[in-house]
Amino acid sequence: MPKRDHAGPPSELDVSRRGFLKGAGAALSSGIVAGAEALEAANRAAAKIIGPGKTPVTLKINGVNKALNIEPRVTLLDALRDELELTGAKRVCDRSSCGACTVIVSGKSVYACSMLAIEAQGKNIETVEGLSVAGKLHPLQQAFVDNDAQQCGYCTPGFVMACKAFLDKNPNPTIEQVRKGLGGNLCRCGTYVGVAEAVLQTAGKKGGRANA
Amino acid sequence: MRAFDYAAPKSLNEAVSLLSRRGDRARVLSGGTDLIVQVREKRRDLDLMVDVKNIPELSEIRYEPAAGLALGASVACSRIYEHPVVSRVYPGLVDAAFLIGGIQIQNRASLGGNLCNASPAADSIPALIAHRAICVIAGPNGGRELPVEQFCVAPGRNALQAGELLVSFRIPAPPPRFGANYIRFIPRNEMDIAVVGCGASLTLREDLKTIAEARVALGAVAPTPLLVAEAASALSGSAFSSESVDRAAIACQAAARPITDMRGTAEYRRHLVGVLTRRALLKAFERAQEAANAR
Repeated sequence: MPKRDHAGPPSELDVSRRGFLKGAGAALSSGIVAGAEALEAANRAAAKIIGPGKTPVTLKINGVNKALNIEPRVTLLDALRDELELTGAKRVCDRSSCGACTVIVSGKSVYACSMLAIEAQGKNIETVEGLSVAGKLHPLQQAFVDNDAQQCGYCTPGFVMACKAFLDKNPNPTIEQVRKGLGGNLCRCGTYVGVAEAVLQTAGKKGGRANA
Repeated sequence: MRAFDYAAPKSLNEAVSLLSRRGDRARVLSGGTDLIVQVREKRRDLDLMVDVKNIPELSEIRYEPAAGLALGASVACSRIYEHPVVSRVYPGLVDAAFLIGGIQIQNRASLGGNLCNASPAADSIPALIAHRAICVIAGPNGGRELPVEQFCVAPGRNALQAGELLVSFRIPAPPPRFGANYIRFIPRNEMDIAVVGCGASLTLREDLKTIAEARVALGAVAPTPLLVAEAASALSGSAFSSESVDRAAIACQAAARPITDMRGTAEYRRHLVGVLTRRALLKAFERAQEAANAR
């Protein structure tokens, strides 16, 4: 106990004054905190700030709406693989370099590893899982088979989606256009020749083995 | 990847207010091809990503023959080279937009993002400088403009102040008999960082031989992309010839301050500056003649 500097027994007033100040201080500071939190919450709501916790996100994938509850930091690739078990798109470099995670968003090929899932809301997302219909391969997939366009297969789903976006835009490509158009995908097995032939076969051009 | 907040404002005011309030804990998200990777690899720390792609001024391409081009800072590269008018009128921009990364990158990455990253080797910056692009900036104290060549201040650092946002590029309509080109050297065909890059533009007089005006900008040979004024003065008023082009190439080599790194030695880079300057000027000259003949 600190030594009191005034004579006489402690008065009730003294004690209650201490208690009052202590309590008032706590009440005052909690009031400030609550006020700041409320202000921050209001600011966040006004600015439509989402996160960092989970938030509802709806993704339209291969024509079907999927409702998710994910953090803003979740990439489209992680949402597809970890939340929706669509594991066609592969996580290989995870740094916008290799193309194994390629999907099509609004008709354009993108790296799903460097796009947030929340950015893809309201857009049409196409993945390799949506290509075959009733167990029948898409002609492009069949062309990959026909032309031995895969070896270990790890880059293949990304390559197929890059090829699909490319062919959607360039239905009648030259081999030079094919090479340039698929430059964003890497294959360490070196299947590039087969992939190019698969694209040409799908376009109905000579070059693919099925047309030979 | 660390957790962060996300906001996608629909107006410039909302974006500036978010950026002002969060200071350097906020970062603009455009194409995400660099930013998302940087955050995942812990090379950049932030609490808030401000996705600017829903703001009309940042995602528009507006061209008027008199006023020129208003190019939103978050417009993806592929929208630039697929645009029927822009692809014809701004050939240097198309060169750069068509060689940044692969198609997947070009479908997301923007010239605004490329500039704000302020990489000394950024491909679009010498092209923007060759086309005399001006940065339109919004901020808490209103708007301002800055020529692209003054925007980068050090590797990875740009001239934006707290709360400021790059909105768009204002690029003048090229005069008649104008041509531009951007080329770079990389040891492979694509998906690589420039060892040296060169953007050049020329405006010819009516004789289609004499150079009325020139601009040459270099990438990857200094802490920031360089506009080489000495190259312009070596060309202006002269006939386009191997002599005048040599003078410009030598001026560029003198202005370059390259370093030695894993992509090449300083000496090699200086050599490349000469080669690329000559090639870019020749292509710009051919395009200026084509533009004149197409009229």
